[in-house]
Amino acid sequence: MEETKNINNTEIIVEMKNVKKSFQNNHVLKDINFKLSKGENLVVLGKSGTGKSVLIKCIVKLIEVDSGELSVFNEDILQLKDKALNETRSKIGFLFQSGALYDSMTVRENLEFPIKRQSKILPEDEIENLVKEVLANVGLEDTIDKMPSELSGGMRKRISLARTLILKPELILYDEPTTGLDPITSKEISELILEVQKKYKTSSIIITHDIKCAKITANRIMVINDGCFIAEGTYDELKESEDEIVNSFFK
Amino acid sequence: MEKNSKRHEKRKNISVKPNENIFIKSLKDIFIEVALLTKFAGQFFKELFKPPSEFKEFLRQSYITGFRSLALVGITGFIMGLVLTIQSRPTMAEFGAESWIPGMVAVSIIREIGPVITALICAGKVGSGIGAELGSMKVTEQIDAMEVSGTNPFKYLVVTRVMATTLMIPVLVVFSDVISLYGSYVGVNLTGKVSFPLFFAKVFESLDFIDVIPAFIKCFFFGFIIGLIGCYKGYNASKGTEGVGQAANTAVVVASLLVFVIDMIAVQITSLFM
Ligand SMILES: Nc1ncnc2c1ncn2[C@@H]1O[C@H](COP(=O)(O)OP(=O)(O)O)[C@@H](O)[C@H]1O
Ligand SMILES: [Mg+2]
Repeated sequence: MEETKNINNTEIIVEMKNVKKSFQNNHVLKDINFKLSKGENLVVLGKSGTGKSVLIKCIVKLIEVDSGELSVFNEDILQLKDKALNETRSKIGFLFQSGALYDSMTVRENLEFPIKRQSKILPEDEIENLVKEVLANVGLEDTIDKMPSELSGGMRKRISLARTLILKPELILYDEPTTGLDPITSKEISELILEVQKKYKTSSIIITHDIKCAKITANRIMVINDGCFIAEGTYDELKESEDEIVNSFFK
Repeated sequence: MEKNSKRHEKRKNISVKPNENIFIKSLKDIFIEVALLTKFAGQFFKELFKPPSEFKEFLRQSYITGFRSLALVGITGFIMGLVLTIQSRPTMAEFGAESWIPGMVAVSIIREIGPVITALICAGKVGSGIGAELGSMKVTEQIDAMEVSGTNPFKYLVVTRVMATTLMIPVLVVFSDVISLYGSYVGVNLTGKVSFPLFFAKVFESLDFIDVIPAFIKCFFFGFIIGLIGCYKGYNASKGTEGVGQAANTAVVVASLLVFVIDMIAVQITSLFM
């Protein structure tokens, strides 16, 4: 774990400058600035309703920002359209808070869906191999023909992680990966995130309010409150912080 | 709960500002809703011819809306024909016009009752199904997940479903009409004795081009509106499980209402040409 905490790579994967986003009178993101380096696990800590989900949805353009600059893989995502946008999105994995598995499809169909929707067509046996590979990586080979409704919360999270891994993304955005899970499963998922980082050489943004998850996964932590980042540092640095809000996460 | 608090709010508003008319406010809400729905329909036509065709998903949806509704539509159709025949017998007998029953029942079923009842049943079964399915997909971020994995969710979910209902409801109506006529034949034979060929000879004798074609055309509009409203309500469901129930519920209510509105307009247009 120690070695992953010392990353001094300079390639920037995501950069936000003065990003603002409001819904009518609800000013969710007021002034967001940050950079994500290649290979880094960045944890964003913040309490519910502070706009953490909005923040990462802006990165894949599910939500359009009102103003500011936002570049992903050195491309201005605000200018991307249709094909170019899909191309960039295919390099990004998004793990949704609720898992977002397609209820009407089996696990296999869920995993095949992102591949089959890409422009380049793979042969069936290659798809089959990919499906088996990602399932093995999340440790759930035997669920392949089950429906999502037959799975437990932790299993659903793993399958949705498998679904994001299947396109071999360079950047993964985790929206509260451990929320709603028991402490043991939470720890397993956190360790899985770390494993994915090593194995697939991904960069990640991990949204959470679970400090245990942050401790395991983070190379760097940023704390968001009231639409702005109020603190930044490693787990150990922030632990010593005097700030009341930052402190409250560590209790 | 939410409704109650909204009602409270309204009441408060009235007491604070007696001049503000809640009718004007709700009228404004209706206009906004109509504008949003029109925009949604506009997007449907814009995306209709865009690639990819999503033909496989369209077939799957057609199977779900069409084939899975056959039994329900068939049973109600049969009962409709049977009941209509039994009910009209005493009146017709009074005038000694029992031999007109097949023709009269056929005209009312094919022109009006068949399409409207079938559309209403489908608004309940198919419309609420679509509203609930898309609503829960929206609430659990499945639609977002589709979008980030390179699929146009509007094309994949909305266009295929609206196309399926638009093409399948007319088929269901024809099926229901045929079963209804058979129900009527059974009804006639409960007391009297009319042969199968004679019954249908009387039916076709009384049917005109003007009875059949406009009735068939309006079914496409019924189908379109059922699919469109279901998708619109589901696609715009608000967060939480409450939103899903609400989407399914309002989809049925609004679709049923619009079926009647379209029917009224269709009758007006048809009578222009008569
Ligand atoms: N699509 C949307 N439309 C309107 N308001 C939204 C939308 N998405 C999020 N919000 C609002 O933005 C705020 C932050 O939401 P969110 O990012 O989900 O918080 P969290 O930090 O818990 O993930 C909330 O007040 C929410 O109501
Ligand atoms: Mg969130």
